[in-house]
Amino acid sequence: MSETPASSLTATGALTAGSVKISGDGGDEIEAYLARPEGDARRGGVVVIHHLPGYDRATKEIVRRFAELGYDAICPNLYWREAPGAAADDAAAVARANGGIPDERLVGDVAGAAAHLRALPTSNGKVGVIGYCSGGRQSVLAACSTDVDAAVDCYGAFVTGTIPEGLPLKVTTLTDLLPQLRTPLLGLFGDDDSHPSPAEVDELTRILADNGKDFTKHSYPGAGHAFFAVDRPSYNAAAANDGWERITEFFGTHLTAAGS
Amino acid sequence: MCTYTTVKDTVDGSAKGPGGSWFHVTDVTVYFDHPVHAMAEHTLNIDFAAPDRGPAARVALELTADSARKLVAAIQEALDAVPLEMQV
Repeated sequence: MSETPASSLTATGALTAGSVKISGDGGDEIEAYLARPEGDARRGGVVVIHHLPGYDRATKEIVRRFAELGYDAICPNLYWREAPGAAADDAAAVARANGGIPDERLVGDVAGAAAHLRALPTSNGKVGVIGYCSGGRQSVLAACSTDVDAAVDCYGAFVTGTIPEGLPLKVTTLTDLLPQLRTPLLGLFGDDDSHPSPAEVDELTRILADNGKDFTKHSYPGAGHAFFAVDRPSYNAAAANDGWERITEFFGTHLTAAGS
Repeated sequence: MCTYTTVKDTVDGSAKGPGGSWFHVTDVTVYFDHPVHAMAEHTLNIDFAAPDRGPAARVALELTADSARKLVAAIQEALDAVPLEMQV
Protein backbone atom coordinates (compact mmCIF):
# COMPACT_ATOMS: atom_id res chain seq x y z
CA MET A 1 0.00 0.00 0.00
CA SER A 2 1.16 3.52 -0.60
CA GLU A 3 0.74 6.56 1.54
CA THR A 4 -1.87 8.82 0.01
CA PRO A 5 -2.69 12.33 1.15
CA ALA A 6 -6.04 12.40 2.89
CA SER A 7 -7.46 14.90 0.41
CA SER A 8 -7.07 12.48 -2.48
CA LEU A 9 -8.98 9.73 -0.71
CA THR A 10 -12.26 11.53 -1.07
CA ALA A 11 -12.74 11.24 -4.80
CA THR A 12 -15.65 8.83 -4.51
CA GLY A 13 -16.69 9.58 -0.95
CA ALA A 14 -17.47 5.89 -0.51
CA LEU A 15 -17.15 4.64 3.02
CA THR A 16 -18.32 1.96 5.39
CA ALA A 17 -19.60 2.65 8.87
CA GLY A 18 -21.09 0.75 11.75
CA SER A 19 -20.77 -0.42 15.32
CA VAL A 20 -17.80 -2.48 16.42
CA LYS A 21 -16.51 -3.71 19.76
CA ILE A 22 -13.16 -2.46 20.98
CA SER A 23 -11.05 -2.97 24.07
CA GLY A 24 -11.46 0.05 26.32
CA ASP A 25 -10.09 1.03 29.69
CA GLY A 26 -9.04 -1.93 31.78
CA GLY A 27 -9.59 -4.25 28.84
CA ASP A 28 -13.36 -3.78 29.03
CA GLU A 29 -15.17 -4.53 25.81
CA ILE A 30 -17.13 -1.44 24.77
CA GLU A 31 -19.09 -0.39 21.73
CA ALA A 32 -17.68 2.08 19.24
CA TYR A 33 -18.81 3.56 15.94
CA LEU A 34 -16.21 3.09 13.20
CA ALA A 35 -16.26 4.77 9.77
CA ARG A 36 -13.65 4.06 7.10
CA PRO A 37 -13.10 5.31 3.57
CA GLU A 38 -13.04 2.69 0.86
CA GLY A 39 -9.70 1.53 -0.46
CA ASP A 40 -6.49 0.32 1.09
CA ALA A 41 -4.39 3.50 1.00
CA ARG A 42 -2.66 4.28 4.27
CA ARG A 43 -4.11 7.14 6.27
CA GLY A 44 -4.36 8.68 9.68
CA GLY A 45 -7.06 7.99 12.24
CA VAL A 46 -9.36 10.23 14.28
CA VAL A 47 -10.92 9.43 17.64
CA VAL A 48 -14.13 11.42 18.12
CA ILE A 49 -15.20 12.01 21.72
CA HIS A 50 -18.94 12.55 21.98
CA HIS A 51 -20.56 15.35 23.95
CA LEU A 52 -22.36 14.99 27.27
CA PRO A 53 -25.65 14.08 25.53
CA GLY A 54 -23.96 10.93 24.40
CA TYR A 55 -23.23 8.61 21.53
CA ASP A 56 -25.92 10.05 19.35
CA ARG A 57 -26.82 10.36 15.68
CA ALA A 58 -25.22 13.79 15.33
CA THR A 59 -21.92 12.47 16.67
CA LYS A 60 -22.01 9.52 14.29
CA GLU A 61 -22.47 11.99 11.44
CA ILE A 62 -19.26 13.67 12.56
CA VAL A 63 -17.47 10.31 12.52
CA ARG A 64 -18.66 9.67 8.98
CA ARG A 65 -17.52 13.15 7.93
CA PHE A 66 -13.99 12.32 9.05
CA ALA A 67 -14.14 9.17 6.95
CA GLU A 68 -15.32 11.26 4.03
CA LEU A 69 -12.30 13.49 4.66
CA GLY A 70 -10.10 10.45 4.28
CA TYR A 71 -9.52 9.22 7.83
CA ASP A 72 -10.36 6.03 9.64
CA ALA A 73 -12.55 7.48 12.38
CA ILE A 74 -14.00 6.02 15.54
CA CYS A 75 -16.18 7.16 18.42
CA PRO A 76 -16.17 5.05 21.58
CA ASN A 77 -19.49 4.86 23.41
CA LEU A 78 -18.37 6.29 26.73
CA TYR A 79 -21.62 5.25 28.42
CA TRP A 80 -21.60 1.64 27.25
CA ARG A 81 -20.80 0.25 30.68
CA GLU A 82 -23.66 2.07 32.40
CA ALA A 83 -26.22 1.47 29.68
CA PRO A 84 -25.25 -1.15 27.11
CA GLY A 85 -27.57 -1.07 24.13
CA ALA A 86 -29.68 1.79 25.49
CA ALA A 87 -30.84 4.72 23.39
CA ALA A 88 -28.26 7.52 23.41
CA ASP A 89 -30.44 9.92 25.37
CA ASP A 90 -31.35 7.30 27.99
CA ALA A 91 -27.69 6.33 28.38
CA ALA A 92 -26.72 9.98 28.77
CA ALA A 93 -29.38 10.41 31.46
CA VAL A 94 -27.88 7.51 33.41
CA ALA A 95 -24.35 8.87 33.03
CA ARG A 96 -25.43 12.33 34.12
CA ALA A 97 -27.26 10.97 37.15
CA ASN A 98 -24.04 9.14 38.06
CA GLY A 99 -22.03 12.36 37.93
CA GLY A 100 -20.38 11.74 34.58
CA ILE A 101 -17.60 9.30 33.83
CA PRO A 102 -14.20 9.08 35.54
CA ASP A 103 -11.28 10.77 33.79
CA GLU A 104 -9.10 7.67 34.13
CA ARG A 105 -11.68 5.60 32.29
CA LEU A 106 -12.00 8.20 29.54
CA VAL A 107 -8.27 8.11 28.96
CA GLY A 108 -8.30 4.32 28.80
CA ASP A 109 -11.21 4.29 26.38
CA VAL A 110 -9.56 6.84 24.08
CA ALA A 111 -6.31 4.88 24.24
CA GLY A 112 -8.23 1.74 23.30
CA ALA A 113 -9.92 3.52 20.40
CA ALA A 114 -6.56 4.87 19.18
CA ALA A 115 -5.04 1.40 19.40
CA HIS A 116 -7.95 0.01 17.41
CA LEU A 117 -7.30 2.56 14.66
CA ARG A 118 -3.56 1.91 14.62
CA ALA A 119 -4.20 -1.83 14.27
CA LEU A 120 -6.17 -1.32 11.06
CA PRO A 121 -4.25 -2.40 7.95
CA THR A 122 -4.74 1.08 6.49
CA SER A 123 -3.20 2.92 9.45
CA ASN A 124 -0.17 5.15 8.94
CA GLY A 125 0.34 5.12 12.71
CA LYS A 126 -0.98 8.64 13.29
CA VAL A 127 -4.08 9.25 15.38
CA GLY A 128 -5.73 12.51 16.31
CA VAL A 129 -8.44 13.12 18.87
CA ILE A 130 -11.31 15.61 18.79
CA GLY A 131 -14.10 16.27 21.23
CA TYR A 132 -17.09 18.54 21.57
CA CYS A 133 -18.55 20.19 24.69
CA SER A 134 -17.55 17.90 27.61
CA GLY A 135 -15.63 15.92 24.99
CA GLY A 136 -13.56 19.02 24.27
CA ARG A 137 -12.17 18.92 27.78
CA GLN A 138 -11.72 15.17 27.44
CA SER A 139 -9.80 15.64 24.19
CA VAL A 140 -7.32 17.87 26.02
CA LEU A 141 -7.19 15.35 28.86
CA ALA A 142 -6.38 12.56 26.41
CA ALA A 143 -3.72 14.67 24.72
CA CYS A 144 -2.05 15.15 28.11
CA SER A 145 -2.35 11.52 29.13
CA THR A 146 -2.09 9.10 26.25
CA ASP A 147 -0.33 8.50 22.95
CA VAL A 148 -2.00 10.61 20.27
CA ASP A 149 -0.50 12.84 17.59
CA ALA A 150 -2.84 15.85 17.51
CA ALA A 151 -5.83 17.09 19.47
CA VAL A 152 -8.78 19.41 18.87
CA ASP A 153 -10.80 20.97 21.68
CA CYS A 154 -14.20 22.23 20.55
CA TYR A 155 -15.53 24.50 23.32
CA GLY A 156 -14.67 22.21 26.20
CA ALA A 157 -15.64 23.65 29.58
CA PHE A 158 -13.57 23.29 32.76
CA VAL A 159 -10.21 22.89 31.05
CA THR A 160 -9.30 26.01 33.02
CA GLY A 161 -11.27 28.32 35.31
CA THR A 162 -12.82 27.14 38.53
CA ILE A 163 -15.30 24.39 39.24
CA PRO A 164 -18.47 25.78 40.84
CA GLU A 165 -18.85 24.70 44.44
CA GLY A 166 -21.22 21.80 44.89
CA LEU A 167 -21.13 20.74 41.25
CA PRO A 168 -22.44 17.17 41.23
CA LEU A 169 -20.53 16.30 38.09
CA LYS A 170 -17.23 14.71 39.04
CA VAL A 171 -15.00 16.99 37.03
CA THR A 172 -11.77 18.88 37.68
CA THR A 173 -9.93 21.49 35.67
CA LEU A 174 -6.87 20.38 33.72
CA THR A 175 -4.56 23.22 34.68
CA ASP A 176 -2.16 20.89 36.50
CA LEU A 177 -2.02 18.54 33.52
CA LEU A 178 -1.54 21.12 30.77
CA PRO A 179 2.29 21.20 31.12
CA GLN A 180 2.16 17.53 30.09
CA LEU A 181 0.34 18.23 26.81
CA ARG A 182 1.98 15.88 24.30
CA THR A 183 0.58 17.07 21.00
CA PRO A 184 -0.24 20.15 18.99
CA LEU A 185 -3.64 21.43 20.11
CA LEU A 186 -6.27 23.28 18.09
CA GLY A 187 -8.93 25.06 20.12
CA LEU A 188 -12.21 26.27 18.59
CA PHE A 189 -14.44 28.48 20.69
CA GLY A 190 -17.35 30.93 20.54
CA ASP A 191 -16.93 34.48 21.77
CA ASP A 192 -20.42 34.33 23.24
CA ASP A 193 -19.87 31.09 25.15
CA SER A 194 -19.71 31.22 28.92
CA HIS A 195 -18.55 27.61 29.46
CA PRO A 196 -15.76 28.07 28.51
CA SER A 197 -15.77 31.85 28.79
CA PRO A 198 -13.34 33.96 26.76
CA ALA A 199 -11.45 34.57 30.02
CA GLU A 200 -11.06 30.81 30.53
CA VAL A 201 -9.86 30.43 26.96
CA ASP A 202 -7.35 33.23 27.59
CA GLU A 203 -6.15 31.37 30.68
CA LEU A 204 -5.68 28.22 28.60
CA THR A 205 -3.75 30.21 25.99
CA ARG A 206 -1.50 31.74 28.64
CA ILE A 207 -0.72 28.45 30.39
CA LEU A 208 0.12 26.69 27.15
CA ALA A 209 2.28 29.60 25.98
CA ASP A 210 4.12 29.65 29.30
CA ASN A 211 4.87 25.96 28.83
CA GLY A 212 5.98 26.30 25.22
CA LYS A 213 3.12 24.22 23.82
CA ASP A 214 1.92 24.26 20.21
CA PHE A 215 -1.55 25.77 20.55
CA THR A 216 -3.69 27.40 17.88
CA LYS A 217 -6.89 29.10 18.91
CA HIS A 218 -9.85 30.45 16.99
CA SER A 219 -12.77 32.11 18.74
CA TYR A 220 -15.68 33.14 16.58
CA PRO A 221 -17.63 36.41 17.00
CA GLY A 222 -21.35 35.84 17.30
CA ALA A 223 -20.96 32.14 18.09
CA GLY A 224 -21.91 30.57 21.39
CA HIS A 225 -21.51 27.09 22.73
CA ALA A 226 -22.05 24.08 20.46
CA PHE A 227 -21.83 26.02 17.21
CA PHE A 228 -20.96 22.82 15.32
CA ALA A 229 -24.22 21.13 16.35
CA VAL A 230 -26.23 21.05 13.13
CA ASP A 231 -29.39 19.85 14.89
CA ARG A 232 -29.44 22.56 17.56
CA PRO A 233 -30.46 26.23 17.56
CA SER A 234 -26.87 26.99 18.62
CA TYR A 235 -25.60 25.99 15.15
CA ASN A 236 -23.62 28.81 13.58
CA ALA A 237 -22.90 28.14 9.94
CA ALA A 238 -20.08 30.66 9.56
CA ALA A 239 -18.23 29.43 12.64
CA ALA A 240 -18.86 25.76 11.87
CA ASN A 241 -17.74 26.07 8.24
CA ASP A 242 -14.56 27.87 9.18
CA GLY A 243 -14.02 25.46 12.07
CA TRP A 244 -14.23 22.45 9.76
CA GLU A 245 -11.68 24.07 7.48
CA ARG A 246 -9.33 24.62 10.43
CA ILE A 247 -9.78 21.02 11.57
CA THR A 248 -9.17 19.69 8.07
CA GLU A 249 -5.97 21.71 7.74
CA PHE A 250 -4.79 20.81 11.27
CA PHE A 251 -5.30 17.07 10.93
CA GLY A 252 -3.94 17.21 7.38
CA THR A 253 -0.72 18.62 8.80
CA HIS A 254 -0.35 16.37 11.83
CA LEU A 255 -1.85 13.05 10.78
CA THR A 256 0.13 12.52 7.62
CA ALA A 257 3.00 10.08 8.01
CA ALA A 258 6.53 11.46 7.62
CA GLY A 259 7.92 11.22 4.11
CA SER A 260 4.54 10.99 2.43
CA MET B 1 -23.47 26.82 27.79
CA CYS B 2 -23.24 23.56 29.66
CA THR B 3 -24.15 24.30 33.24
CA TYR B 4 -23.51 20.70 34.24
CA THR B 5 -25.53 21.47 37.36
CA THR B 6 -27.57 18.45 38.25
CA VAL B 7 -29.97 18.05 41.15
CA LYS B 8 -30.94 14.55 42.18
CA ASP B 9 -33.52 13.26 44.61
CA THR B 10 -35.65 10.24 45.29
CA VAL B 11 -39.37 10.19 44.56
CA ASP B 12 -42.22 7.79 45.10
CA GLY B 13 -44.82 7.66 42.37
CA SER B 14 -45.60 6.37 38.93
CA ALA B 15 -45.05 7.56 35.40
CA LYS B 16 -46.36 6.45 32.06
CA GLY B 17 -43.36 5.67 29.98
CA PRO B 18 -41.98 3.92 26.93
CA GLY B 19 -44.50 1.65 25.25
CA GLY B 20 -47.37 3.35 27.04
CA SER B 21 -46.99 1.33 30.22
CA TRP B 22 -46.99 2.67 33.74
CA PHE B 23 -44.04 2.05 36.02
CA HIS B 24 -42.98 2.97 39.51
CA VAL B 25 -40.44 5.81 39.56
CA THR B 26 -37.89 6.08 42.32
CA ASP B 27 -35.48 8.77 41.16
CA VAL B 28 -35.70 12.27 39.73
CA THR B 29 -32.87 14.22 38.08
CA VAL B 30 -33.26 17.92 37.34
CA TYR B 31 -30.78 19.98 35.36
CA PHE B 32 -30.57 23.01 33.08
CA ASP B 33 -28.67 22.23 29.93
CA HIS B 34 -28.97 21.50 26.25
CA PRO B 35 -32.11 19.54 25.41
CA VAL B 36 -32.20 16.47 23.22
CA HIS B 37 -35.42 17.37 21.45
CA ALA B 38 -36.83 20.78 22.41
CA MET B 39 -35.91 23.57 20.00
CA ALA B 40 -34.32 25.81 22.57
CA GLU B 41 -30.65 26.28 23.29
CA HIS B 42 -31.12 25.38 26.94
CA THR B 43 -33.99 23.87 28.85
CA LEU B 44 -34.89 22.76 32.33
CA ASN B 45 -34.75 19.01 32.02
CA ILE B 46 -36.42 16.52 34.30
CA ASP B 47 -35.86 12.78 34.20
CA PHE B 48 -38.17 10.55 36.19
CA ALA B 49 -36.48 7.19 36.31
CA ALA B 50 -36.49 3.73 37.77
CA PRO B 51 -32.82 2.70 37.57
CA ASP B 52 -33.65 -0.81 38.73
CA ARG B 53 -35.61 -1.32 35.51
CA GLY B 54 -32.80 -0.11 33.23
CA PRO B 55 -31.93 3.09 31.32
CA ALA B 56 -35.08 3.01 29.18
CA ALA B 57 -37.36 3.20 32.23
CA ARG B 58 -37.41 6.96 32.07
CA VAL B 59 -39.87 9.75 31.43
CA ALA B 60 -38.10 12.89 30.29
CA LEU B 61 -39.29 16.49 30.14
CA GLU B 62 -37.50 19.40 28.49
CA LEU B 63 -39.07 22.78 29.34
CA THR B 64 -38.03 26.32 28.59
CA ALA B 65 -37.08 28.22 31.73
CA ASP B 66 -40.34 30.16 31.59
CA SER B 67 -42.35 26.96 31.19
CA ALA B 68 -40.51 25.35 34.07
CA ARG B 69 -41.33 28.28 36.33
CA LYS B 70 -44.99 27.99 35.32
CA LEU B 71 -44.86 24.30 36.20
CA VAL B 72 -43.35 25.04 39.60
CA ALA B 73 -46.07 27.61 40.26
CA ALA B 74 -48.80 25.25 39.07
CA ILE B 75 -47.58 22.44 41.28
CA GLN B 76 -47.32 24.78 44.25
CA GLU B 77 -50.82 26.17 43.62
CA ALA B 78 -52.30 22.70 43.35
CA LEU B 79 -50.56 21.52 46.51
CA ASP B 80 -51.58 24.64 48.41
CA ALA B 81 -55.21 23.92 47.62
CA VAL B 82 -55.07 20.48 49.17
CA PRO B 83 -56.43 20.21 52.74
CA LEU B 84 -53.77 19.11 55.16
CA GLU B 85 -55.61 15.90 56.00
CA MET B 86 -55.41 14.83 52.36
CA GLN B 87 -51.66 15.39 52.07
CA VAL B 88 -50.66 11.86 52.96
